[in-house]
Amino acid sequence: MEVIRSQKRTPSNDTVSNPKIPLYLSAPQMEVRLEEFELFAVDRLRVLKGVSDGLARGRNPKEMDDLVDTLWKEHMRDPDASVMLNKDIISHFVLRLVYCRSDELKKWFLSMETALFRHRFRLQNFEAQRAIVGEFGLPYKAVTGAELEGLKERLGQVVRSLGQISPTVEAVYYKVPFEEVPDLVASRRVLIQKGFAFVAGSQLVSLVVTQFRSHISKALILTNRKWTTTIREREKDRLTPIVEALSTSYLGPDYSQSTEYAEISLKDIDQVAKSSFPLCMRHLFEKVREDHHLKHGGRMQLGLFLKGVGLKLDDALAFWRAEFTKKVGSERFDKEYAYSIRHNYGKEGKRTDYTPYACQKIILSAPGAGDHHGCPYRHFSEDNLRAALGRMGLSSRGMEGVMDQVRNKHYQLACTMTFEAVYGTSCDAGINHPNQYFEESQKILKSKTPPAPV
Amino acid sequence: MTREEIESREDESMMDAPQINKPKPEEFFNVNYLRIYYGNLFPYSDIHKWLSYGHDGKHPGCDEYYFGRREFSFTLENDVYLRYKSFKNASSMEDAIRSHFPYKIDIGAVYSVDPDKRHAYSQTGSNVFTPVERELVFDIDITDYDDVRYCCSGADVCSKCWPLMTVAIKVIHTSLTEDFGFKHILWVFSGRRGVHCWVCDPKARRMTNEQRSAVAEYFRVYKGNENNARKVALMGYSLHPFLARSYVDYLKGFFEGELQATQSIFSTKDKYEKILAMISDEDIQSELRGKWENSARSSLSEEAISLVRWEQLKNTLQSKKHKAPTLRMCVEEIVFTFTYPRIDLEVSKQMNHLLKAPFCVHPKTGRVCVPIDPNNCDEFDPLAVPTLSQLIEEINSGGSRMDVDDDSDDSDTSLLGKSVKFFRSSFLEPLLKSCKEEIESSYKTKIGKSKDSLSW
Repeated sequence: MEVIRSQKRTPSNDTVSNPKIPLYLSAPQMEVRLEEFELFAVDRLRVLKGVSDGLARGRNPKEMDDLVDTLWKEHMRDPDASVMLNKDIISHFVLRLVYCRSDELKKWFLSMETALFRHRFRLQNFEAQRAIVGEFGLPYKAVTGAELEGLKERLGQVVRSLGQISPTVEAVYYKVPFEEVPDLVASRRVLIQKGFAFVAGSQLVSLVVTQFRSHISKALILTNRKWTTTIREREKDRLTPIVEALSTSYLGPDYSQSTEYAEISLKDIDQVAKSSFPLCMRHLFEKVREDHHLKHGGRMQLGLFLKGVGLKLDDALAFWRAEFTKKVGSERFDKEYAYSIRHNYGKEGKRTDYTPYACQKIILSAPGAGDHHGCPYRHFSEDNLRAALGRMGLSSRGMEGVMDQVRNKHYQLACTMTFEAVYGTSCDAGINHPNQYFEESQKILKSKTPPAPV
Repeated sequence: MTREEIESREDESMMDAPQINKPKPEEFFNVNYLRIYYGNLFPYSDIHKWLSYGHDGKHPGCDEYYFGRREFSFTLENDVYLRYKSFKNASSMEDAIRSHFPYKIDIGAVYSVDPDKRHAYSQTGSNVFTPVERELVFDIDITDYDDVRYCCSGADVCSKCWPLMTVAIKVIHTSLTEDFGFKHILWVFSGRRGVHCWVCDPKARRMTNEQRSAVAEYFRVYKGNENNARKVALMGYSLHPFLARSYVDYLKGFFEGELQATQSIFSTKDKYEKILAMISDEDIQSELRGKWENSARSSLSEEAISLVRWEQLKNTLQSKKHKAPTLRMCVEEIVFTFTYPRIDLEVSKQMNHLLKAPFCVHPKTGRVCVPIDPNNCDEFDPLAVPTLSQLIEEINSGGSRMDVDDDSDDSDTSLLGKSVKFFRSSFLEPLLKSCKEEIESSYKTKIGKSKDSLSW
């Protein structure tokens, strides 16, 4: 795959047999524009992160099929089928570069690509599936005639054991060494005899997923080798920075421009903090009110959040001044703190309009002694977290679900569950930004309050 | 030599708290006995032949370094643990064992390089030291059945509960041969309260962790912990053919026969309440409870009472099973709960898991870990297995003409000789024959290929 800057694009040779799902067996021989390199990868990453989210939420296979269908249509579709296929292939290979670089990244990528493949496969019709099985070059023979007759009764037993009251023994069964379908063996979904498993046509997905997974796993190791020995150095001014940034990117809206929903004024701030702030920001806010001070990490996290929420610069200055001067006096406030508040709003220095922190960034921060920023689901002790959740109004049952997520290190899911418990509604998108929490919360509260009488 | 302490499963170590009023361990297991055992009785060359799998250097296709890449570990007196031991050949293995007199010898995997030289290869950065072959192994321990046996608990075992192991062997062995097509399977007594299984086919030795895990899960039926009453949940409208065969051929008969006699699982309120808790319908539970509470004063034997109650339960469930899906196979679930094998999944799932070697001596019982014949496992009695002191006694009284390494000695009727003979004839010989055939044929293929490549 050659990455170029020009407008030229040559058609891909990988579409020879034109399967609906490419198997990524070899790197495509095509030229890719530099902009596409990153864009395609980001779109595919959105799909993979959606898959990851779906799995973490315990979606069943049918729900995952639908989710994958939706995600794919949303991010990867193109009216031109061959463009769509190219994007599919290119984005996969770019992400291989990104995710081959450590064991943890490899594991995540392998799981998500395998899951994506599994559900895309399930969405295909039987003919397309058989074509894909053929693509893998798997040498499995169909069981016919007398051998099939002899097995019919037990095959029927297997079908009944899986919950179908009248056994519809399928027309086609493949005789496959049991080692090739470990997941079917483990769940006793196949008949096994003398070392062979009898796999129904409808169970083909298991066969191919094992093959797919094994192939990608090996490929990642080779890619890593190539990356560390040649590519990383050779591309250090061009592709390498893109690759390194991709694995940690946050992919949602950045809340740097506040929307109409979110404009708040100083007089409402206490009330709004109680009703709509996520736990991390509630905590910081309460601490400012309590201690009349916050250390740098907290000022950044809360300050940028408030900007995203719609607090204007003048109101922000007034807020911080009101609190801080209780401790440090007016002169020190102007000298030491006012500047950086203005800086956050892009009114000083290089005038960068800083964006409020996403959950990913907050979770990764490392609050020390005297700090109150970070993600409470991660950084609070269990007791403190329970107490804080109690103050937010969670029942003990609601709390258990949240604590369970925390134990499994799913901090954003814990926050999402808190949101769902507090507002009595479900949040399918999942919380990944404090400002998103705020906006969603405001939406719900506004829809509940009757319009003011005229 | 039964002991009353309750031990946790993990506590196979030597560090016992001091016991009062118990037979001193030194009486049936001590370093001096071990010296004699490893000096005269341990079958070194049989073990070496087994683990060489035909690579005895006598054929050009042999890999003479194969045995040297196998990991062993020794557990010495005072819990000293030596891992990553490997030996070039039988005599260096024998020398090492006879200089350490380990309390326990474990066998690990065959690695890509000699385990004791693994550090020499780690400088390249990539992980060159990895397991390449390992038998498919299973470990069944009777303490995993404590919730369903009433005669003993913990480390104890007796003739009433040992049959659970017998049934486990039958079920698993049949499946390994019939379903998975394996041929070279060795069952070994673990020395105290369980059995180990070594599947040695080449296909088995090359299985990946994922595949091992799949087989272990295929065998798994019992799930859950103290918090669920119904730990066997059989869903669907029928049993999978493997479970159905196990039920019909082994479990049902055992449950309705021997188990009732030895465990009387319905005879007291405590016992039958446990079974009632497995029926997920309160009305049925009350109906049966009513019948049984009223018949408490009966002149029948415990066993007879149990059988009567079992029939009542079956009849009630038969007529009511359409009430809910969870009742459909409730009868089978109860039978499975009490009789179906409970394997230790973790032991089977990973290639690098170490497992005790056959013919070791168990430090807590002094018994030798002898092979068990799966086709005659009903005859096996764990309490009749030769102990160290019996073997030493035999030597001292000149009763054995033992030369364990002499393959041609068919007249050996000593205590240990019978086991070694069985090991050789039923397991080792067929295994080696098939290994040699495999080495020969893959060599021929290799030669054939290079011959072709030379032809112009």
